[in-house]
Amino acid sequence: MTPILIIDYGMGNIGSLRNMFRRIGVATDVCADPDSVARAKKLLLPGVGAFDAAMARINATGLGEVIRRRAMSDHVPTLGVCLGMQLLTDGSDEGALPGLGLIPARARRFPRETGLKVPHMGWNLVEKTNPSSLTTSLSDDARFYFVHSYYVEVADQRDSILEARYGVRFDAAIQNGNIFGAQFHPEKSHRFGLAFLKAFADLPC
Amino acid sequence: MLRTRLIPALLLRDESLVKTERFGRFRYIGDPCNTVRIFNELEVDELAFLDITATREGRRPNFRLLQDIASECFMPLSYGGGLRTLENAQQVFEIGFEKVIVNSQATERPELITEIAEIYGTQAVVASIDVKRNWLGGMRVFSHDGRRRHDLDPVEWACELERRGAGEILLTAIDREGTWSGFDIDLICGVAEAVSIPVIAHGGAGSHADITAAVRDGGASAVALGAMVVYQKRGMGVLVNFPTEAEQRAMGLQPESAVLDSRG
Repeated sequence: MTPILIIDYGMGNIGSLRNMFRRIGVATDVCADPDSVARAKKLLLPGVGAFDAAMARINATGLGEVIRRRAMSDHVPTLGVCLGMQLLTDGSDEGALPGLGLIPARARRFPRETGLKVPHMGWNLVEKTNPSSLTTSLSDDARFYFVHSYYVEVADQRDSILEARYGVRFDAAIQNGNIFGAQFHPEKSHRFGLAFLKAFADLPC
Repeated sequence: MLRTRLIPALLLRDESLVKTERFGRFRYIGDPCNTVRIFNELEVDELAFLDITATREGRRPNFRLLQDIASECFMPLSYGGGLRTLENAQQVFEIGFEKVIVNSQATERPELITEIAEIYGTQAVVASIDVKRNWLGGMRVFSHDGRRRHDLDPVEWACELERRGAGEILLTAIDREGTWSGFDIDLICGVAEAVSIPVIAHGGAGSHADITAAVRDGGASAVALGAMVVYQKRGMGVLVNFPTEAEQRAMGLQPESAVLDSRG
């Protein structure tokens, strides 16, 4: 099985992701340079923190360009996790910088309603929207751990593969061809996360 | 629909897990990593580790132990105990913990909460408040493993910590801890109504009904469990356990499924 390249741009829970992949017997590499990304056969873009801080780092190191090229032109399977999924979109209300623009979508802040505590933090249930190889094996009681203040809505409903509800309905996982996104933390979601990451690792490339 | 979090709160003393009663009289529970493996299998929502002697002994967290714990866990982890600086917190996050729990240091230098929140986000900082009632029923904040009393009202202190950047409040009733006698509902209610961040009720869980009460009557967003998850029953031996999915539904804590919830 091809090692998955976890892109280290300085913001993300890489240790936990590696731990989970190790548990399912999948090799991972961690790199920060565009050349490694240019050679990798599978990419994972982690992310914890603020949108602009992340995009600024990704742009400054030349990673943005090579991720775009590998994902869109070379069709390398690419998975964005948590903030990483938001970075795949066109942009976020959280920041001023544009996202990578790999999937037409936008990240918006959860509404400030009474009783709705932001960030959305905790385990939540998800519902399958459109079929995807990453979600085929997911059971009906699948739940995942979420921590986020901004939620993603895809522009084209066909790009949604999992949805969840927290005050509003939002896309918990998205896919456009070889490009995937997961808003939740699979590396912190027990067997549900394991199944999700295993499905990504099993994708042919 | 968000699930109510049930969080085993595991107390570390040196390299072992222990359980205390009213912050005193500790009993040995077991090896942290073995216990973590069991909770992993039981698929608990989240784990919190509290090193109860770190601050008193003036030492830093046991990072090597935390590393071992993190490599075993596939659910969110929080750590508290002896966190004095931003660097301490950074190290804990790098090991793979989601949140840090700050208690004593917040009473000495509350700026630490803001410093951590600004870099890692408010959701990464849990402000821990330990409370004791006096014989008149009045409540005061304590720190340093219950040894230092502050002339602070828990509700005011919780509001202050929220203002400083805490993302959650871990609210512990010292008098109830390890007693299986039920939560201090009034305390929980007072704090939960005053802040907009989640309150984790801690101290006193003795039954499923207690847990439900903390959420329904107290307004807690999450419940931390100590004795209930490490002992077979009150007064009995060590047995690592956790309410099953069915039991959690019976407690009224968890929705049946996403589909039912969106229609209901």
